[in-house]
Amino acid sequence: MSTPAQSRQAGKNRSQADRTLDRSFIWITRIFAFSIAAVLVWIGFQVAVQGLPALEKFGLGFLFTSTWSPNPPNVELGILPSIYGTLASSFIGLLIAVPIGIGTAVLLSENILPLSVRTILVFLVELLAAIPSVVYGLWGIFVLTPFLGTVGTWLNKFLGWIPLFSRPESGAIGGPGLLPAGIILAIMTLPIITAISRDALTSVPKNLREAAYGLGCTRWETLLKVIIPAAFSGIVSAVMLALGRAMGETMAVTMLIGNSTNKISASLFAPSNTIASLIASQFAEAGGLQISALMYAAFVLFILTLIVNIMAELIVLRVKRL
Amino acid sequence: MTSFSEQPKGFTSGSLNRSSSSSRTLFNNFMNGVIFVCGALALLPLLLVLSYLLIKGFSSLSLELFYELPPAPLDEGGGFGNAIVGTAIMVGVGALISVPIGVAAAVYLTEFSKGQTARSIRFATNVLSGVPSIIAGVVTYGILVGTKVTGYSAIAGGVALSILMLPIIVRTTDEALQLVSNDLRQAAVGVGATNYQTVLLVVLPAALPSIITGITLSIARAAGETAPLIFTALFSFFWLNKLTDEPVASLSVLVYNFATSFDPNQQSVAWAGSLILVLMVLIASIVARFATRSKS
Repeated sequence: MSTPAQSRQAGKNRSQADRTLDRSFIWITRIFAFSIAAVLVWIGFQVAVQGLPALEKFGLGFLFTSTWSPNPPNVELGILPSIYGTLASSFIGLLIAVPIGIGTAVLLSENILPLSVRTILVFLVELLAAIPSVVYGLWGIFVLTPFLGTVGTWLNKFLGWIPLFSRPESGAIGGPGLLPAGIILAIMTLPIITAISRDALTSVPKNLREAAYGLGCTRWETLLKVIIPAAFSGIVSAVMLALGRAMGETMAVTMLIGNSTNKISASLFAPSNTIASLIASQFAEAGGLQISALMYAAFVLFILTLIVNIMAELIVLRVKRL
Repeated sequence: MTSFSEQPKGFTSGSLNRSSSSSRTLFNNFMNGVIFVCGALALLPLLLVLSYLLIKGFSSLSLELFYELPPAPLDEGGGFGNAIVGTAIMVGVGALISVPIGVAAAVYLTEFSKGQTARSIRFATNVLSGVPSIIAGVVTYGILVGTKVTGYSAIAGGVALSILMLPIIVRTTDEALQLVSNDLRQAAVGVGATNYQTVLLVVLPAALPSIITGITLSIARAAGETAPLIFTALFSFFWLNKLTDEPVASLSVLVYNFATSFDPNQQSVAWAGSLILVLMVLIASIVARFATRSKS
């Protein structure tokens, strides 16, 4: 390090070493920054390469086959039930989490409650997001699933004629299945929806609200006709991010969904599986082609979440530029 | 609503008051009620999960849990001493990889880049944080475990965790650096500091509390992650001897394995393990909150 006095003696120019050091420092940070993008690309590349043997063997039919029999001699693998389970469980989760999450976001962004209470509530919602997924799974197994068994038996008794509430083939209601997995996903995505929607709602310019109040609107007329439309794209991106999280969520879902690899059942109470839970539950015992097939499945999941996340980010970027 | 003392002609006195029986007011009050219900429903699971954890976890908590080895099925007692060590080592490896890369990347983003480059890298960071944790696991398996570079090991687990920690660290450090006043940078350059001197001696120290907060949060998150570990670190019933080619226990995988066990003793160890995991995350979040609040 050179003191000012030294550098004055050396003229106005810095020493060669100093300049090299400076330039290499910038280059190091640049390389690390670009390495983040590289990691993202590398993940996609790695999963794709590992899945290539399965892609060659099964082709695109992999996505539309609903058998999973990895044992030779008749190896036939397909992930249609997993794709269905991924979409269905995420849909159930979002169906519950979106209205409640947006409602909570409104509660936390309006001045109905005093600020100090809202600060505590915001912290509690953050905490909900911080609880590890495996803990939700444990709680789901011992508390949520038995409770849903009671609710499910009741629903089946009165609404059993609807396929959605029909008795699954296994005969038992109250075991692991699509419904507990969907509800745990609702709990896990709710804080994401709440936090990002709240950000969107609070960043709506104040004068829009003041103008609406000035015209004599009530709080909810203002919210529904001015604030929420203004924050709409932010809320949409919150829902997209939550969808990405729900599709990729692994542990809690694996513990609650029942991991049935072969059947698509219309019933909410039937065991199902998702792409993530398929990988988590099969990978340990897999070998050879089955590993490759699971990598293929992982690639499908990677692409699905990538699309959802990129769309969410693009919406956020567009909003920022406006 | 205040009404003016002088009413314009044509309006009856008090017309600016809100009629409590008008449909608009009723709808307004109804919707206020609806969002209160939403808020209550959002916090209900937190309350339920925490209360069950406290009841089940505390009743099975004991000092032996912290230094004994995990019980085999139908064994008495036991604990998760090796799992705590394993989690600490793997999170440590993860932090060792992701903190230097993450902080340096964030320095580049705020200090040395602008426009399209910075935007693209921030975009990539956000997308990376959305990559499912199980994918981080299979990728690490493909690179390190399947190729026998490290085998099932603490190193492989740590690498998988670092993929998940990296975007959190970049994002929090990036935000922290952006909050550092430009006056500081200008002053540093003004007294003749070079770029690296400005960053290392002025900007980073000023942002240090927030950066440490971000690192704490990412460590807490990583400690609770299970999916990246189930086929990179596997699980072990024994103490750790070496960092490579040896499966290693972790608290989160222990909870996962024992939760689905038929043995009530293993289940109660799982509850105690969850309680420890959640307490750790809780403490980290509270510390992070106070650290950032006292600054602003």
